[in-house]
Amino acid sequence: MIALSHYLALGAILFSISVVGIYLNRKNVVILLMSIELMLLAVNINFIAFSHYLQDTAGQVFVFFVLTVAAAESAIGLAIIIVLFRRRHTINVSDLDSLKG
Amino acid sequence: MQEEMKLIYLAIPLVCLIPAILAGLFGRNLGRIGAHTLTILGVGLAFFMSVYVYMDVMDGNTWNGTVYVWGVSGGFPFEVGFLIDSLTATMMVIVTFVSWMVHIYTIGYMHDDPGYQRFFSYISLFTFSMLMLVMSNNFLQLFFGWEAVGLVSYLLIGFWFKRDTAIFANLKAFLVNRVGDFGFLIGIAAIYATFGSLDYSAVFASAPGVAGDTIEIIPGSPWNLMTFICIALFIGAMGKSAQVPLHVWLPDSMEGPTPISALIHAATMVTAGIFMVARMSPMFELSQTALSFVLIIGALTAFFMALLGLVQNDIKRVVAYSTLSQLGYMTVALGASGYAAAIFHLGTHAFFKALLFLGAGSVIIAMHHEQDMRKMGGLRKLMPWTYLTMVIGSLALAGIPPFAGFFSKDLIIESVHASTIPGAGFAYIAVLAGVGITAFYSFRLLFMTFHGKPRMDEHTLHHVKESPGVVVVPLVLLAIPSILAGFMYMETFAFSDYFKDVIFVSEQHNVLGEIASHNDGKTGFGLVMAFIFHGILALPFWLAVGGIFLAWLFYIRRPELPGMVVDSVKPLYRVLENKYGFDAFNQKVFANGTIGIANWLSTFIDQKLIDGLLVNGTARVVAAFSRILKPLQSGLVYQYAFAMIIGLLVLMTWFLNVKQG
Repeated sequence: MIALSHYLALGAILFSISVVGIYLNRKNVVILLMSIELMLLAVNINFIAFSHYLQDTAGQVFVFFVLTVAAAESAIGLAIIIVLFRRRHTINVSDLDSLKG
Repeated sequence: MQEEMKLIYLAIPLVCLIPAILAGLFGRNLGRIGAHTLTILGVGLAFFMSVYVYMDVMDGNTWNGTVYVWGVSGGFPFEVGFLIDSLTATMMVIVTFVSWMVHIYTIGYMHDDPGYQRFFSYISLFTFSMLMLVMSNNFLQLFFGWEAVGLVSYLLIGFWFKRDTAIFANLKAFLVNRVGDFGFLIGIAAIYATFGSLDYSAVFASAPGVAGDTIEIIPGSPWNLMTFICIALFIGAMGKSAQVPLHVWLPDSMEGPTPISALIHAATMVTAGIFMVARMSPMFELSQTALSFVLIIGALTAFFMALLGLVQNDIKRVVAYSTLSQLGYMTVALGASGYAAAIFHLGTHAFFKALLFLGAGSVIIAMHHEQDMRKMGGLRKLMPWTYLTMVIGSLALAGIPPFAGFFSKDLIIESVHASTIPGAGFAYIAVLAGVGITAFYSFRLLFMTFHGKPRMDEHTLHHVKESPGVVVVPLVLLAIPSILAGFMYMETFAFSDYFKDVIFVSEQHNVLGEIASHNDGKTGFGLVMAFIFHGILALPFWLAVGGIFLAWLFYIRRPELPGMVVDSVKPLYRVLENKYGFDAFNQKVFANGTIGIANWLSTFIDQKLIDGLLVNGTARVVAAFSRILKPLQSGLVYQYAFAMIIGLLVLMTWFLNVKQG
């Protein structure tokens, strides 16, 4: 029997991986985007796990919203990256520091 | 009847104010003739109404009341009110008469000036201000009139505003008057603080009650309250009536057109201080110290300013210094408690001084605006009317009987002689010496201008002619009271109860009463004859005659003498020429001192402290902090994300452990 705690642990591991992915990644903006997607999925796992555990479908409905938003967000994110690449000819995160004070 | 008189009182200043406004704002539409007709009509009307009021007052109808309340603040009403009594009525007649003459004269003097309408507007406004001042029944309105004559004199002295010297002179007049006004304002504030009222009658009624009170301006040294108030008020009078050391503005005010010199020096402005002290007699009588102060300042002015008249070559400046000296005489009379004598001299002086100024102006017109007496001479035959009236004016000024100045000046000298307050001895010598000097410089002016050989160039001499009727008629009209006013009014002013209940003189200061006791009960014509006879035997008359004789000797008989005298007392002459260094001192110490302080304030306080420390300093502190914090703003997304996570962890830890646990 797979208990609730296993799902939560999986969610936490996924989330941690994505966080580490965000700040260890120095090379590629696309990986940044992927990490954010992974973060959202980790949250989704938590939603579904609790939804099943509490027998409340509202959590599953919420997942659909999150997925929709995630799809829209990655579409916009990729579009921004393309524009960025056209202007700067790089997607190296370390080089993107025009907000430096 | 009361109501009708009230309307007349109100109308007198207004008939001067309304034409002034019309001529000032709509001068272009009115045109030159419109402007002068309107203002002359207004002031003429004011004169006739003043005479009517004067006769009414002589019948015993005095009035004291409020006509308008223009504001109430904290329960204290600011009122426009009139106090009509013999002193006010006398001043009103003098002011409106002289002003009217000056108005008429101006038609001739200013006829080719582009600022014609503006000039008429100003002089009417001047008359209005002076009327408000003398008719007031409270200190606030007195202060209004006081400041208003100051303002209009500023405008008039700088009337020819394209001349640098005129601008300098009017600024000087304004600033020096400000010093006096400051004292005056302190006096009024002290009166309000003491009595809780600014109404004359209320203040005078309760003044004896506080005669012994003291006030500590500087902690630890109590001053007599009355002395403090009176001296503060008198400092105001020193500014307006040009007493040493606040006299410096008056000679410079000659930069204005001649008619206003006559107006300022004869009837308005400079007489305000004398009038004010006479009006405040119930307060000044309570402080012998203040009276002594007044006496000594007056004596200094009378003597030392007369000396300066000796060395002037500008025809108007000679008359200006004689005004200063004569104002000194009036102040001396005030100090000696001969208030009636001071007002009497104020009146006679108004006539003959206006006459002398307008006569000098007539000469200046004929000389095509040349004012240096060294370039005149021999005008007697060419300008007979001007000459005749100037002789009358000079005789009156010198104090030769039976001209007006003799009676008033002799009364002043007698008053000082009879006075026993500290400083009276010194003042007596000063006014006696002043008589001889006055006679000398006034006849020096007459001889240099009208006698001897013409010293102007051929072209000017050819064009010299008697001035037009509008100039000569006022001269003649002023000459009449310059002859008659003295013996006609001496008894009324000095030896009757004319000023009863108006001017208060305490028992031990009653100098005029003392003089009256020598009259042996004579009245009317007999008194005048006795006074003249007594005067001819006394020292002042012979000093005056001696002065005239010396002037004749120096400037007609032996014209080389003045140069020799000057050479023999060179250092003294230089002191006089530098006017005792008052101007240089003021320029060095006060003007440059103020500029120095202003420079220091500008460089140190403004540029260094405010701009440097406060404004730029704030910016610099922010910049320094931002330099420290700048490295945090790396612009790298992953560092921001890391910071967010750290922050999240800290917050969660705090939330879970500290807040809940």
